[in-house]
Amino acid sequence: MTQLALVIDLNVCVGCHACVTSCKEWNTSGSAGFMTDENPYGKDPTGTFFNRVQTYEIGEFPNTETLHFPKSCLHCEDPPCVPVCPTGASYKRESDGIVLVDYDKCIGCRYCSWACPYGVREIDETQKVMKKCTLCVDRIYDQSLPESERKPACVLACPTSARLFGDVHDSESDVSAVIREEGGYQLMPEWGTKPANHYLPRRKTRMRIHEDELQRADNPLNKEQRGPRGPIDAPTLDDSTSW
Amino acid sequence: MAVVHDPLKQPAGRIENKNTTCYMCACRCGIRVTLRDGEVRYIQGNPEHPLNKGVICAKGASGIMKQYSPARLTKPLRRKAGAERGTAQFEEISWEETFDILEQRLKKLRATDPKKFALFTGRDQMQALTGLFSKQFGTPNYAAHGGFCSVNMATGMIYTMGGSFWEFGGPDLDRAKLFVMIGTAEDHHSNPMKMALSKFKRNGGRFISVNPIRTGYSAIADEWVPIKPGTDGALILAIIHELIRTGLYDREFLVQYSNAAELVSADEQSDDFGLFARTDIPHAPDCFDPQDRVWWDRNQNKALHARTAGADPFLLGEFILPDGRKAKPAFQLLKERVESYTPEWASEVTGIPVETIQRLAHEMGITARDEKIELPIAWTDVWGKDHDTVTGNPVAFHAMRGMAAHSNGFQTIRALTILMSILGTIDRPGGFRHKAPFPRPIPPCAKTPKSPDDVQPNTPLNGMPLGWPAHPNDLFVDENGQPVRIDKAFSWEFPLAAHGLMHNVITNAWRQDPYAIDTLLIFMSNMAWNSTMNTDNVRKMLNDKDDSGEYKIPFLVVCDAFQSEMVAYADLVLPDTTYLERHDVMSMLDRPISEFDGPVDSVRIPVVPPTGECKPFQEVLIELGSRLQLPAFTRADGTRKFRDYPDFITNYETEPGSGIGFLAGWRGKGGEKFMKGEPNPNQWEMYEKNNCVFHYEMPKSFQYMRNWNRGYLNWAQEHRLLRHAEPINIHIYSEILMNFRLAAQGKLDCKQPPDHLRKRIETYFDPLPFYFEPLEASLTDKHKYPLNAVTQRPMAMYHSWDSQNAWLRQIHAYNFLYVHPKTAQKQGIDDGKWMWVESMHGKARCLCRYSEAVEPGTVWTWNAIGKAKGAWRLDKDANESELGFLLNHVISEELPPHADGKHISNSDPNTGQAGWYDVRVRIYPAGADEPQMSYPQYDAMPALPGTGKTGKVLKYFAGAFRRKAEKVGKQ
Repeated sequence: MTQLALVIDLNVCVGCHACVTSCKEWNTSGSAGFMTDENPYGKDPTGTFFNRVQTYEIGEFPNTETLHFPKSCLHCEDPPCVPVCPTGASYKRESDGIVLVDYDKCIGCRYCSWACPYGVREIDETQKVMKKCTLCVDRIYDQSLPESERKPACVLACPTSARLFGDVHDSESDVSAVIREEGGYQLMPEWGTKPANHYLPRRKTRMRIHEDELQRADNPLNKEQRGPRGPIDAPTLDDSTSW
Repeated sequence: MAVVHDPLKQPAGRIENKNTTCYMCACRCGIRVTLRDGEVRYIQGNPEHPLNKGVICAKGASGIMKQYSPARLTKPLRRKAGAERGTAQFEEISWEETFDILEQRLKKLRATDPKKFALFTGRDQMQALTGLFSKQFGTPNYAAHGGFCSVNMATGMIYTMGGSFWEFGGPDLDRAKLFVMIGTAEDHHSNPMKMALSKFKRNGGRFISVNPIRTGYSAIADEWVPIKPGTDGALILAIIHELIRTGLYDREFLVQYSNAAELVSADEQSDDFGLFARTDIPHAPDCFDPQDRVWWDRNQNKALHARTAGADPFLLGEFILPDGRKAKPAFQLLKERVESYTPEWASEVTGIPVETIQRLAHEMGITARDEKIELPIAWTDVWGKDHDTVTGNPVAFHAMRGMAAHSNGFQTIRALTILMSILGTIDRPGGFRHKAPFPRPIPPCAKTPKSPDDVQPNTPLNGMPLGWPAHPNDLFVDENGQPVRIDKAFSWEFPLAAHGLMHNVITNAWRQDPYAIDTLLIFMSNMAWNSTMNTDNVRKMLNDKDDSGEYKIPFLVVCDAFQSEMVAYADLVLPDTTYLERHDVMSMLDRPISEFDGPVDSVRIPVVPPTGECKPFQEVLIELGSRLQLPAFTRADGTRKFRDYPDFITNYETEPGSGIGFLAGWRGKGGEKFMKGEPNPNQWEMYEKNNCVFHYEMPKSFQYMRNWNRGYLNWAQEHRLLRHAEPINIHIYSEILMNFRLAAQGKLDCKQPPDHLRKRIETYFDPLPFYFEPLEASLTDKHKYPLNAVTQRPMAMYHSWDSQNAWLRQIHAYNFLYVHPKTAQKQGIDDGKWMWVESMHGKARCLCRYSEAVEPGTVWTWNAIGKAKGAWRLDKDANESELGFLLNHVISEELPPHADGKHISNSDPNTGQAGWYDVRVRIYPAGADEPQMSYPQYDAMPALPGTGKTGKVLKYFAGAFRRKAEKVGKQ
């Protein structure tokens, strides 16, 4: 069975927010739209975003790591938001594992957002329906788009290609390979939600210097030694004795 | 039961896709804009574009909110009669009336004293046109924003190796193995840097970031090296010290491709002390270095003409020339210079441990030496020697404003370029690579006028408004050595001010020093807010009057797309279009988007019609040029030469028949030529058909070692990128700087500095890089003001001049001052609470945020998030104005009076680069009884006529289907 998902590589994410606004611009005019912004030009602007980037500082100076952490619906394999929905609006598609909300059924009761341990559901305050990441379901099957662009908007946008998209149930897929080989992990697996989205951890490249690398026969300083060291016209033994 | 919402269903509407070029920042990515029923539905990166290959950033993806912003200006406006400047009381007028006002005023100025008209622009990627207009008008008073951005980066590198970072070159992260980024925040370059960094890391490269702050790119560095601001020069000089001490430099590269082995006269008593020893071989042409230097050959132990076949020169030592003069190779002088710059010394200055400095040097040197790249590319050098391969030493660097925006930046960046050179990484794989039209000669040929007589009524300026002085005689000064330009660029105060000093224009004009001007035209720069230093006082200067009640700057014209803080001070407002509504070019005559592999230029083509009566600034200049009958815009009979801007781009040639125009692609009558060729009437169509880009990929053998690559240099000469096919050797030792020093010492028969500046010139025009404490810090009581304060722009707002954007402002609606917890706690400042940051110039109240990602002696904030009340059509209680703040209030555009002058710019003494990051501050908690609001505050700017409406709720949905969409869900 197919399970589409995102794999987010924290090793290269620079926290630029390209995924945040490209998601917004695609979806506000798409089948999930519109995505309301309240006080767009006033105090405390706030709006519906399916994807947000949080930034954390880890450790103490000077050993500080700054981590950018993009977060959206994880399309859990066992999504706690689905069984709590009183109207059946919250559902998981069998065909591809995407978790969606049927806006025509949603009554905006917010049970699903209370059930979601990841805080990724966003109530639309004007429409009073619950919204969330759809993995751009209205892009990825759209035959009018070139095949290379049948991807979520955030994936297309990401300048560091930190966002990989594919079927995590297909062991041959690129996303399965990186999860396997580069330590892909799920968020809070102890909740048993089996999030489909995975994260790849930071990986450090270090350089080891061997002492002998600083002592080389071809050191260019050797070329700077000047020829005859003393004056060649000063007296020598030849001038004072005949043995 | 309700109908099931079909998540796959596409909203109805007429869809169109159009390509153009982004301008949400200055990176200029290719974009594909999807319109639904004529409204912008989606902006994506153009996958076929060489720069961004389909990706887009947070700003680019928010272009919709710029296009439909309520802050858009849509009509020409005139300050109401009787209304005070700065109160933003305007009336709408027609374009016809606007042009009449401008024509009348400017015609008179041009006929009497053209320098009374000054044009300064916020963006320097339109300089080919704005510079041409100014030159044709005859005013020297023109520049873009480079002087307050990164002119140190440009000059420091170009005066050393003929190229520089960003538009003109950059790190080759495809092949690098070690990448060291210094003083780069989240910017310059944006998308291309992110793409390259990610690929570099995935290829196993090691990434080190040297920065007082760990955000953005530094976050993903393998190692973060925190450094005290303004001390990068000390670090780099100590690394050079260590590399020379251990022999970790590329001797062969230095010998052949730099002046390291060339002998410099070392007799202090002799007239030519500090100048290169020369042979009497015939002189090479004008703006290139003559190839007449001398080596001391190891084999024959005697002086020989440099680069004699078979010779192998000493890099170190002292030699007696045949005429008895003492001489030393430039590299020996460099070695002596860095002798005292030990890692131990640098550790004290920079705060970086000694072992780290040594290790950094060893990592660089060993990687460069032992990880060599050999590309199977045959090439021939300019001296005729064939090479089977191109060699690369895979250590790459990138640096930006963190280094540049200090008054010691020029010498620091000279040091960086020399470091890159001694590692043997210039225009080689894995190191630094040029982008066309660079490399240029050192310095580039373009020169400004040299005398006030070059400014004449009704006559184009005799020279370029901006240029590259190579000698004290190139300075633009009068017979007393006083500046001719309003910003004092190219004077003895700032001899190498290649990008001008926009940050001093308003202050100088207000003080009428060196003279009064009449009309100041500001394009796309917020000089009454975040683009100026000393914001509070500059706002006062803008509406200050003389005794007769006249404004000291009599006429102020502002062209902007938005209701910015600057617009409030205009007498006349010209509503600009957005980037989606205009034609534009990214020209080879300016700063194109070239790739390492060859020249690339590009265009913008409108994807939506102009809003209201907006007119692109380019069209305004063409119209004005025609009305004023400037020669380049007018036929012999006085009629206009160009219908409009697109027509100008198609048909303008730099000289009649030169075949060189703004666009390099598809020239010639049928579009069969490039770089040079007759105008092609279908040129715009060809760009439109080709993703708005022209990209010429050069043969591989021309892509490296271009300073010395005969094939490339001949090609560049044939295609008129370069005047001569001469080698561009690296200036480890800068004789250009030495000439200025000799002038200051009275030892060179040339223009002479005013006496009070002799010491300054002698000190800072050192032919070898040296470290000095930034000027402002040296004039500050550091016990009272112990901390450094710096700013950066966040990626989501980098370089964008419209941060009122409804989506982006949800990411950054206000800014904190980031302070290390220990630093804050020592002053009793709590996290999240109000505090003061104060320098000797001013103070600001702001919110504190503790951070472990900042060097404890430094505080910092995001720049340009804080806004003046009511500006940008934000509500009066918007977070930007009530919680956000500008650090600019504590930064001065002038240094305190000292030996160099009473009113001297707070800038690098070589280049005039604004010393933004030199400010020293102290911090303390705000009192409990103080308003919970940032300081200073200003009266609210009213909504200007023609701007839009701001609602409580925004429900953006592109196209005619919108009303239907709004019914979705249960209201």
